[in-house]
Amino acid sequence: MKATFLQGVRHGIPIALGYLSVSFAFGIQAVSGGLTPLQAVLISLTNVTSAGQLAGLNLMLQGGSLMQMALCQLTINLRYALMSLSLSQRLDGTMTTLHRMLFAFCNTDEIFAVASSQPGRVGKWYLYGLMSTPYFGWALGTLLGAVAGTLLPAFVRTALGIAIYGMFIAIVMPPAREKRSVRVVVLLAAAMSLCLRYIPALSFIGSGYAIILCAVVAACVGAALFPVEEDRA
Amino acid sequence: MSWQSYLPYVLVMAAVTYLIRMLPLTVLRRDIRSRFFRSFLYYVPYAVLTAMTIPDVMYCTGYGPGSEGALWTALCGLAVAVLLAWRGKGLLTVAVAACAAVAAAQGVMLLL
Repeated sequence: MKATFLQGVRHGIPIALGYLSVSFAFGIQAVSGGLTPLQAVLISLTNVTSAGQLAGLNLMLQGGSLMQMALCQLTINLRYALMSLSLSQRLDGTMTTLHRMLFAFCNTDEIFAVASSQPGRVGKWYLYGLMSTPYFGWALGTLLGAVAGTLLPAFVRTALGIAIYGMFIAIVMPPAREKRSVRVVVLLAAAMSLCLRYIPALSFIGSGYAIILCAVVAACVGAALFPVEEDRA
Repeated sequence: MSWQSYLPYVLVMAAVTYLIRMLPLTVLRRDIRSRFFRSFLYYVPYAVLTAMTIPDVMYCTGYGPGSEGALWTALCGLAVAVLLAWRGKGLLTVAVAACAAVAAAQGVMLLL
């Protein structure tokens, strides 16, 4: 029990370090948009998701509607449903409903990736170990960015703004290089996103809905043209 | 931001995000059979992350009227991130290198 917990902690440390730098940038962005440090940290403690928080912060600052917020989070975070579904087939008997409900809170892209790369079935002690340091790193990074971000020289703050996009690019590129299907989906999503932003006739679509539209259309085209193999999805 | 306008947003964000993660782990324990839906779910993350990155990444260093040069620092960071990610570098490496590229590009712009 204790050994698997510690093994989980060890596997979580690289994730925590990555989260520290990305959430630091999120903290800076939240405070420069007008949130207090406490408000910024509270978002990180309750959401634990990079892309969703960034889009949510922007909607919040633009004064978007709550319905727009819900739809935006639903689309951006829909991938977690797939990850949860996939991981639910790999859990052992110690993961009762209560533990599944607790772990679900921290099922991020990276934690999912590490958990599902473990051989055999995974149990609650490993998963709790695995999620502990990234959760702490995510909250701590946000706090440091929100409180100390303004102490940094302007050019460093500006440079950190690209950290979160670097993380997104690092997730997308390897499969895009490997699979033509992912490449097509990615290029289609990028082209649509550019059209929705720069064609004046389409500018009535807010940025929250634009992400939803791009993602749903590009993923549907991908699913229609390149259905994935049964064991890959 | 006032707590009255902040709290409803955070409640909606957190509740939607949590339910998406929690429901498939607890309620839906069966496999999804529809091949189309499984394929759709497989492509969603890549489409979402791309749409969030393009074109927003071009504005992340403050590009806008009066600071046109910021576009070039952002593009430097983007190019470095794409190159390293294409070569399969990890999240931390790509994120830090992109930041360093933006910082370096800002230094060069100051000298020009």
